[in-house]
Amino acid sequence: MTTLPDHTEKKLGLAIDLDTCVGCQACVISCKEWNTGHYGAPLSDTDPYGADPSGTFLNRVHSYESQPETGPAQLTHFPKSCLHCEDAPCVTVCPTGASYKRTEDGIVLVNEDDCMGCGLCAWACPYGARELDALAGVMKKCTLCVDRIYNDNIPEQDRIPSCVRTCPANARHFGDFADPNSNVSRLKAERGGIALMPEQGTKPVNTYLPPRAKSAPTGALTPVAEEPKGFLAWLDRALEAL
Amino acid sequence: MPDLDTSPPVSDEIRKTTCYMCACRCGIDVHLTKGQVSYIEGNRDHPVNRGVLCAKGSSGIMQHLSPARLRAPLKRTGPRGSGEFEEITWDEAYNLATKWLAPLREKAPEKLAFFTGRDQSQSFTSLWAQAFGTPNYAAHGGFCSVNMAAAGIYTMGGAFWEFGQPDWERTKLLMIFGVAEDHDSNPIKMGLGQMKARGAKVIGVNPVRSGYNAIADQWIGITPGTDGLFILSLIHELLKAGKIDLTYLARYTNAAQLVNVNDGPDYGLFLRDADGKAQILDRATGKPVPFDTPAVTPDLAGHMRRAGSTYKPAFQLLAEAYLDPKYAPEAVAERCGIDASTIRATAAELARVAFDEEITLDIPWTDWKGERHEKMTGRPVAFHAMRGISAHSNGFQTARALHILQILLGSVEVPGGFRFKPPYPKAPEKHPRPHAGVTPGAPLDGPHLGYPLAPEDLLLDANGTPKRIDKAFSWEAPLSAHGLMHMVISNAHAGDPYKIDTLFLYMANMAWNSSMNTSRVIEMLTDRDDSGDYVIPHIIYSDAYSSEMVAYADLILPDTTYLERHDCISLLDRPICEADAAADSIRWPVVEPDRDVKGFQSALCDLGARLGLPGFVNEDGSQKYADYADYMVNHERRPGIGPLAGWRGEDGESEGRGAPNPTQIEKYIENGGFWHSEIPEEARFMKPWNAAYQDWAVKIGLFDAPAPYLFNIWSEPLRRFQRAAEGFGRTQPPDHLRARLKMAMSPLPHWYEPFEETATDTAEYPLHALTQRPMHMYHSWGSQNAWLRQITNTNRLYIPAAEYAKYGFAEGDDLALVTSPHGQITARVAPMAALNPHTVWTWNAIGKKPGAWALAPDAPEAKKGFLLNHLINELLPPKGDGRRWANSDPVTGQAAWFDLRVKIEKAPKGTAQTPSWPAQASPVGRGPETLAYGQSFKSDPST
Amino acid sequence: MHPAPSVIFFSTFSGLGFGLMAFLGLGLPDVTGWVAFTFWFIAYACSVGGLLASLFHLANPKNARKALSQWRSSWLSREGIAAIATLLTAAPYAIGRIFFDTAWQPLGYATAALALFTVFTTAMIYTQLRTVPRWNTPFTPALFLAYSLSGGALLAGQPIPAALLLLVTGALQIAYWWQGDAAERDPESTVETATGLGRIGATRLFEPPHQGDNYLLREMAYRIARKHAVKLRALALILGAALPAGLLLVFSATHLVALVAVLSHITGLLAARWLFFAEARHVQSLYYGL
Repeated sequence: MTTLPDHTEKKLGLAIDLDTCVGCQACVISCKEWNTGHYGAPLSDTDPYGADPSGTFLNRVHSYESQPETGPAQLTHFPKSCLHCEDAPCVTVCPTGASYKRTEDGIVLVNEDDCMGCGLCAWACPYGARELDALAGVMKKCTLCVDRIYNDNIPEQDRIPSCVRTCPANARHFGDFADPNSNVSRLKAERGGIALMPEQGTKPVNTYLPPRAKSAPTGALTPVAEEPKGFLAWLDRALEAL
Repeated sequence: MPDLDTSPPVSDEIRKTTCYMCACRCGIDVHLTKGQVSYIEGNRDHPVNRGVLCAKGSSGIMQHLSPARLRAPLKRTGPRGSGEFEEITWDEAYNLATKWLAPLREKAPEKLAFFTGRDQSQSFTSLWAQAFGTPNYAAHGGFCSVNMAAAGIYTMGGAFWEFGQPDWERTKLLMIFGVAEDHDSNPIKMGLGQMKARGAKVIGVNPVRSGYNAIADQWIGITPGTDGLFILSLIHELLKAGKIDLTYLARYTNAAQLVNVNDGPDYGLFLRDADGKAQILDRATGKPVPFDTPAVTPDLAGHMRRAGSTYKPAFQLLAEAYLDPKYAPEAVAERCGIDASTIRATAAELARVAFDEEITLDIPWTDWKGERHEKMTGRPVAFHAMRGISAHSNGFQTARALHILQILLGSVEVPGGFRFKPPYPKAPEKHPRPHAGVTPGAPLDGPHLGYPLAPEDLLLDANGTPKRIDKAFSWEAPLSAHGLMHMVISNAHAGDPYKIDTLFLYMANMAWNSSMNTSRVIEMLTDRDDSGDYVIPHIIYSDAYSSEMVAYADLILPDTTYLERHDCISLLDRPICEADAAADSIRWPVVEPDRDVKGFQSALCDLGARLGLPGFVNEDGSQKYADYADYMVNHERRPGIGPLAGWRGEDGESEGRGAPNPTQIEKYIENGGFWHSEIPEEARFMKPWNAAYQDWAVKIGLFDAPAPYLFNIWSEPLRRFQRAAEGFGRTQPPDHLRARLKMAMSPLPHWYEPFEETATDTAEYPLHALTQRPMHMYHSWGSQNAWLRQITNTNRLYIPAAEYAKYGFAEGDDLALVTSPHGQITARVAPMAALNPHTVWTWNAIGKKPGAWALAPDAPEAKKGFLLNHLINELLPPKGDGRRWANSDPVTGQAAWFDLRVKIEKAPKGTAQTPSWPAQASPVGRGPETLAYGQSFKSDPST
Repeated sequence: MHPAPSVIFFSTFSGLGFGLMAFLGLGLPDVTGWVAFTFWFIAYACSVGGLLASLFHLANPKNARKALSQWRSSWLSREGIAAIATLLTAAPYAIGRIFFDTAWQPLGYATAALALFTVFTTAMIYTQLRTVPRWNTPFTPALFLAYSLSGGALLAGQPIPAALLLLVTGALQIAYWWQGDAAERDPESTVETATGLGRIGATRLFEPPHQGDNYLLREMAYRIARKHAVKLRALALILGAALPAGLLLVFSATHLVALVAVLSHITGLLAARWLFFAEARHVQSLYYGL
């Protein structure tokens, strides 16, 4: 059903720490690897060894350069996948009912058995979070690893999305934003987590923890002496004091 | 809502082994579904990665299934470079190799040059080379980071890199120099994440603000090649303010040792007693006593005279050197591209954190002199550095300067500082000396590589001619501890110092991105003499993939992928230890090869047996090791010490020492592919001087007796070489090298302008040109990986944004001509603001030769990718003195590829790609047109 | 947005078809028998042909039948239902006209209303997308309806209404472009809001997440050169509105004049519809620095 639930019991999502992400692409590939072998159709690649390799990925890392008014330019690595919006426009536009938002946890999914590959949901998404698979002809998107997070075949501590489990820098955090005491809610509050394109009115669940303000120390040390001779005198006193 | 199975089966089975997508050696859980690799994730229990895994690791499936995999031994049928081969059997391959190698071994073993690339089995491959008897063996360290390794060993018995790590848990300020990505790929990311979570601070010193430097709290966009000057300026500031750890210096370093300061042959050597023990001045008595006398407070300044010579403590010489105003921030600021105020503030910040935020651990410990200490004092400032500082011709002394900086702060091997990982720390004296004693038909007289302590340790014949083909351990590169792989092909081609017969390479793409001056190397590999034979007569190469180098070899021994092989990441070699634990690990075939391929090390066992090499045959002449796994379990380097330290002894209960255990590999597999043994708590810090650590190291088999030592702020071995250059001693350098060595082999680190810069008209070539590997391809075996190449398959030359328009470039895909004194290439350009204003850079090793790696010949890697290697030469531009000087560090011979100077201009319309190459034939065919990996796991109705 | 031929063809011809149907439903022209058959045939051919063309846009058309299920929320679903309802309602009315020489006028009025509603739903598929600022305006349905009505009038052989409607359409087209250009000059979403990095300073893409193509770039990152766009706009305006309106106002409505006017209009409309997609920027392309 492509009407959105009025309320979801949980709001599962990711807090992505832009202050910590080093742009290593681990999450991108781990996502590809898990999802090509699990939920739904494989994430295919066309011309994988040719002139124009192109494939379906559910998570991608951009990098941006920002120029502050003072100080050097900054580079930010920017992972992006489905934000599991509360007001997900991708869901309501779907004509077949393939796109839906789960009432229990707010995860936005595509039921591939119903998808006709019209692409309208991808048009409705401001974030570029949905990719139509060239071979399967169905819309693919981040499932928040719905086939991991409740999976009894996986050890409990690993019941988290593949991207979160693999992130070497621990820049990705998974949890329930509906619970104010969850890890992600606390991070969002402490670090001033932001929504992407708030003007689009999508109310994304995923939050981005912005880069911390860069700092450059000021100050200088006070010399004990200006001349080597004076330094040796200081040294003698200092050794005496040891 | 649809009925969704949220608990589907994950896979049929998990097999735990060790990753080999780079040199990081993470533990991996390989999931198998229907016998195929279906998912690879990090092993949560593994000491290296604790469950995380990088992009390379996760893309291992695509590497394992790469269409570029070689399928059988190959014999060249077309000319070198054509890529035309025929498949042969292993027997035929061994027969051919034996036909070439056996006569060499009998008559002139040095005519085999055996060099391995990103080899993680060097203790094995070197054993083979030693048994063969050739002096010509090394891995790729000479063009990788030997400056870092050697400077660390000579200064403090270990380096950054794999030898140690910041105290990630406790450090409050980490300063990284020239780090793009590193061997410790995941541990650094994990550590940075840990620091970020704690709110600790990171300062990145790098001309390029990418990767780790992008998340650093402060970025210092230094001009390439000037790090040494910046560091010495920091030292200047710290000394001037007295912000140094005098207790640490007096106790744990040779700062107090008395140095002869009279001009002449004895200058710079320590005052020693009759037992050869260096002397220090007892502050209480003013008398010299041996350095290891307990309960003595030494003086760090002053002087004494003995037998007509004056002696001063090494620290005083250091202070006098670095208090010189030439190291004042104002004096170096412009050259370094860093404001004087930033240098001053950085020094103040280092001092503040080191001394005002001192930490103590209430862990009592006993030092090597038997003195007990109630606690461990930590200076929570840590440093890490990599190729950005080491791949310069002043890299050795720059790396040494950085070590001196952290030693002055007292932050090495203390809580919060930099910590060694076993088998380090290990004093230079405890490392072997290099060997090149050749006897036809017999093994070499000792290990190839080592750490010379004096000119007498060099590998020179009676005429002063280098004994090794790469001229390692000659006056051109006295401390070339890792050999000089980058010189092998050019020296072999030139017949200088002699001609060779067979070049045997493993896992080293010398015909492409692993060589400087790639175009010329290709010419050398294909050059023929007057009789029409190749100048380098035979080339044997082992690789798992159809790399560029494959096309230039005569005989190919196809290696397996990393999931199909046995390996040991051994304490004899480059283990996976941590600061708190010893550890080693294995690889084992989690899937069996579906091709006629063999792990290279197993092939060496076979070949060694066919050649009758000692150690590879039993007394009856039969083959000793059936394969590498057999070697891993049964080889003993010393009695009871083997490649693997875990589950030794007949009962499998011993660690470190013990008889071979036939079930050892099974034990490793049961334990997730690794062995891990924690260092006792009181032995975890102050390791070089900590009696408990020394005893533990003996117990575990790292040493046979405790081997405590002091850090060398003053390097006596370096002085011995400098002294020879001044004309003293039996072994002296040739005259043309004297001045350079006198300058370079300084016992205290100093800074000099990189050679290429001096030899180049910097007005004509105003820009520094650098490369770095993207994290998702760092140290990874080719970029033909179907997933990774979608992320990066074309590189651009990044140009400072402020300069971009000046050259007439617009946004987009503009083409530039990039020219160095050595050549010209075309490159696509793009602007970058977070970049040192005198620097351009690109992602390295993206460009591929058409036809290689089973890629389509019109792949972007071949059509748009480019290598800066074509612009770099292993020699400096001619100076007009009739000689061609090596473009390398004069101390270690490390290739100085970061010294490159270039100019750029907008390429006229219609400029063709330069250089360009005809496509080589692919001996493995081409990859498929589409991939839908995972489909086969799903198609079975039973799942 | 990628100007996919299937979608351009679909929206152009279904709009024309339903526009003609609206006129026929109103009894304009008041024809029966073979003449009526010809008109209804054209209306059905255009509308059904357009709808069939839209199926080519689907990557997985076997599920197309499910597209009627989500009318509560989805304009695409509503369009499908409206189109079928129109075609079904029009059929008996057309049969009456063709075979029974009679006009079941309530059905005719219903057909006209449904036909225009169908065009409206088509327009709303685009209009609803906040992600495409050029489309997200009331001008979009107004323009679609205007094109549909003027094309319908042309095909229905109503020269004076057609000419007037064409002039209105031309004016709306100009207004649509004007507001779209204005929206683009002062966009609500920027790379700074897209990334949240505006708080640091002016932000630009340094490296894309992948080199070469992907679905998002193929589908939503189409860029057209400004010079090219100006030419095409002029062409669309002249051929789509000015020329046919002029012909109809200046010359008497012969078959030849009507044919030239229709062909000119369709050519102009195709150009306008091509621009409708090609000029539309999707906010997700901000992430790609486009």
